[in-house]
Amino acid sequence: MFSYYLELALRSLRRSPGLTALMVLAIGFGVAASMTTWSVFRAVSGDPIPWKSSQLFVPQIDNWGPNGRSDDGEPPNAMSYADAMALMRDHRAKRQSAMYQVSPSVVPAEAGKHPLNVSGHAVYGEFFPMLDVPFKYGSGWSESDDTNRATVVVISAKLNQKLFGGASSVGKTVNIEGKDYRVVGVLDDWNPQPRFYDVVNTGGFSTTGDDVFLPFLTAIQTSMPNDGNTNCNAVPEESGFVGLQHSECVWIAYMAELDGAAAATSYRNYLNDYSREQQQAGRFRWAPNSRLRDLPAWLDNQHVVPSDTKVSLLVALGLLLVCLVNTVGLLLAKFLRRSGEIGVRRALGAQRAAIYAQFLTEAGIVGLAGGVLGLLLTGAGVASVGWVLPRDIAALARVDVSLLLLTLLVAVVATMLAGLYPTFRASRVQPAWQLKSN
Amino acid sequence: MTLHPILAALRKHKAGTVLIALQIALTLAIVCNAVFIIGQRIDRVNRTTGLDEGDLFLVSQQWVGAPNADSTDGVEKLDAMQREDLAALRQLPDVASVAPINSLPLLNSSWTGSVSHKPGAQLGGKGNTRTAYYFTDEQMLSTLGVRLVAGRAFNAGDVQHQGFRDRRDRPVAIITQQLADKLFPKGDAVGKVMYTDGSNAPTTIIGVVARMQIPATGSWGNDFAWYSTLIPTRLDANFARYAVRAKPGRLDAAMRAVAPTLYKVNPMRVLDDDSVKPFSEIRARAYRADVGMAILMGVICLILLCVTAAGIVGLTSFWVGQRHRQIGVRRALGARKIDILRYFQIENLLIAGAGVVIGVLLSLGLNMWLMSHYEMTRIPLPYVLTGVLAMLAIGQAAVFAPARRASNVPPVVATRAA
Repeated sequence: MFSYYLELALRSLRRSPGLTALMVLAIGFGVAASMTTWSVFRAVSGDPIPWKSSQLFVPQIDNWGPNGRSDDGEPPNAMSYADAMALMRDHRAKRQSAMYQVSPSVVPAEAGKHPLNVSGHAVYGEFFPMLDVPFKYGSGWSESDDTNRATVVVISAKLNQKLFGGASSVGKTVNIEGKDYRVVGVLDDWNPQPRFYDVVNTGGFSTTGDDVFLPFLTAIQTSMPNDGNTNCNAVPEESGFVGLQHSECVWIAYMAELDGAAAATSYRNYLNDYSREQQQAGRFRWAPNSRLRDLPAWLDNQHVVPSDTKVSLLVALGLLLVCLVNTVGLLLAKFLRRSGEIGVRRALGAQRAAIYAQFLTEAGIVGLAGGVLGLLLTGAGVASVGWVLPRDIAALARVDVSLLLLTLLVAVVATMLAGLYPTFRASRVQPAWQLKSN
Repeated sequence: MTLHPILAALRKHKAGTVLIALQIALTLAIVCNAVFIIGQRIDRVNRTTGLDEGDLFLVSQQWVGAPNADSTDGVEKLDAMQREDLAALRQLPDVASVAPINSLPLLNSSWTGSVSHKPGAQLGGKGNTRTAYYFTDEQMLSTLGVRLVAGRAFNAGDVQHQGFRDRRDRPVAIITQQLADKLFPKGDAVGKVMYTDGSNAPTTIIGVVARMQIPATGSWGNDFAWYSTLIPTRLDANFARYAVRAKPGRLDAAMRAVAPTLYKVNPMRVLDDDSVKPFSEIRARAYRADVGMAILMGVICLILLCVTAAGIVGLTSFWVGQRHRQIGVRRALGARKIDILRYFQIENLLIAGAGVVIGVLLSLGLNMWLMSHYEMTRIPLPYVLTGVLAMLAIGQAAVFAPARRASNVPPVVATRAA
């Protein structure tokens, strides 16, 4: 029976090629616009570490007090050196790391090659297991390397390729800011987007990956300055990088790994206890106002997904809606034009269900054709988002099997939904009336 | 012609009428808001920075193994290195002038703080005016092409130097006209003092420039986008930025000469592809997202209008076909071609009219929703009115072809059996 409806549908569509083309074009463009913007939205709103994001937490401590709070009472989104060090010292989470962004120069060993600039982070050794960072060679460093301020470094596969031609460089040295660091690990391809461990300094997305990871305390000791944001609500009293460390300015990102709700609750209590201690010590002159959010909540709180991306998606969905309303109208015109045919079929004993099957098949075929057109346009759309979006975000949008399937599915389902009302009207055609009037 | 027969006919195909009206309403709502977004973005991109942007480029470089900027000795050494670089760049044949500067408008790397009438007013304090600082020297005005409107420019004697994170008194400053108006509404800023970044030491305003945008283009900087303060100080750190004005038409030649020249002065530095860039590139990068959003909204509007117009053509064609015989009867009874044409156009006007009424409400609703969830402002009425007229015009244009076909139906059709 289906093949019969298919044939009927194709014949009907061929009978009015203009109307058919119009519907296919409308569905194609509507679906393509939605899918293109969806691919971008999906890329920027994805969970960067889905298997673990509910165990990763970002603590915030209010070291500025009421004057420094934003309107909603939020404390600063980064930490001062004093607070980050206190939290590291107390070591209350399963794993934790204070982090700050650096951009040191690296001097290639080969003579005649110019130095290059790299981005990186100063972190604690627990950073690597906490974030399940994949290694190609070697591993991260130990806690004793942290406390001993060892000059060790973990480098990216990209930098390893550039400096050592891709072979294992574990044990070799890299000259960073004029100082030799021993390579202990080389990362596998690892470029999480958004850059969830340091949203504050990266703004969420960046095209350049981190090339070096150094021990935090070593970087502090060699006064490797921070790159990225420094927010102060009062000018530091002392000069220099040391002055920054003694100030209440915030510039350090922090992440802690906590297993389960109980651990999170006790860590929350710990943050409040810490703030209360600081209050008693006279450093804070206000009640504790700390926060502890898990990673998804934190990314949401920091508005990592650019609002432009959301607005584009909404507008594109609006376009799809208009295309569907349009399709409802055109299908209605198309189906009702065949009232005579329907009347004959009904008079000859066709059930309403048969009419439904016939016309929904026709709608489905229009949807499928629109979907195929939509596929081509979505491919073109995703390929050209680089034109209209910032490069770091556009680079994330890509076409994959799931996007292709979704495009087809949306096109077919949406068109069939759009075909429901016209089909309902078609099935209501009174056989007797049609026969009489013709 | 009375409306009565049209309304009666519309009642016979309610569903089609409602669908067209709905489509026009939705299209109007989306297009109005999208065009408003486009307009806002174009306004942003077209803001003038206050600089003479042609022939201007920026050099950002970093020294390797540079002295530590935290020690007095290190600061002096770094400053000597910076002065050496400046001297070398200033001697290039294609270069007109060079100024050290910590950032440029649209560069998005900014030093922001506050200025106040009162000494010791801390940064976060209420009542302070936010500002972005440019640390530079006496060649700044000519290099950037910023116009002085009152007072005097910096001279070599004004210029100090300090470590990047050091704190130093700032005896003199030049501010923008907008900041001067904010601080001294009576317009007598030159010679007055202000206090910067909570300092207790006064800063005398020696000059006012017409306009100079802050480096930040993000929405957080909107409130003080024109409040710039220029301080005659070279900042010493392991990196430095130089703004360079090439001689007219010599931009490329001047840019090419930079890397070899600086490497000759001192090869231990990082200069990569990104280190020397024309201001046009800084501008393009800063507004890339805005231009992109405008293009995207434009494409969507275009598709929407085409789909809606095509939908009207399709449905009206159907109606014309359906009413072939009826039209023939009217023609046979003496209706002129123009009457038939007008019938369909008035019919469309009625439907589109109902559509735009709902559409206006939807536009305003959508706008309010966007305002509460995203950074949007209230949509001005002219946008909505233009949208309404455009939708009515598109309806009329779309209906024209089928209506003309209807008017060409010969009266003899009336006599034929269907």
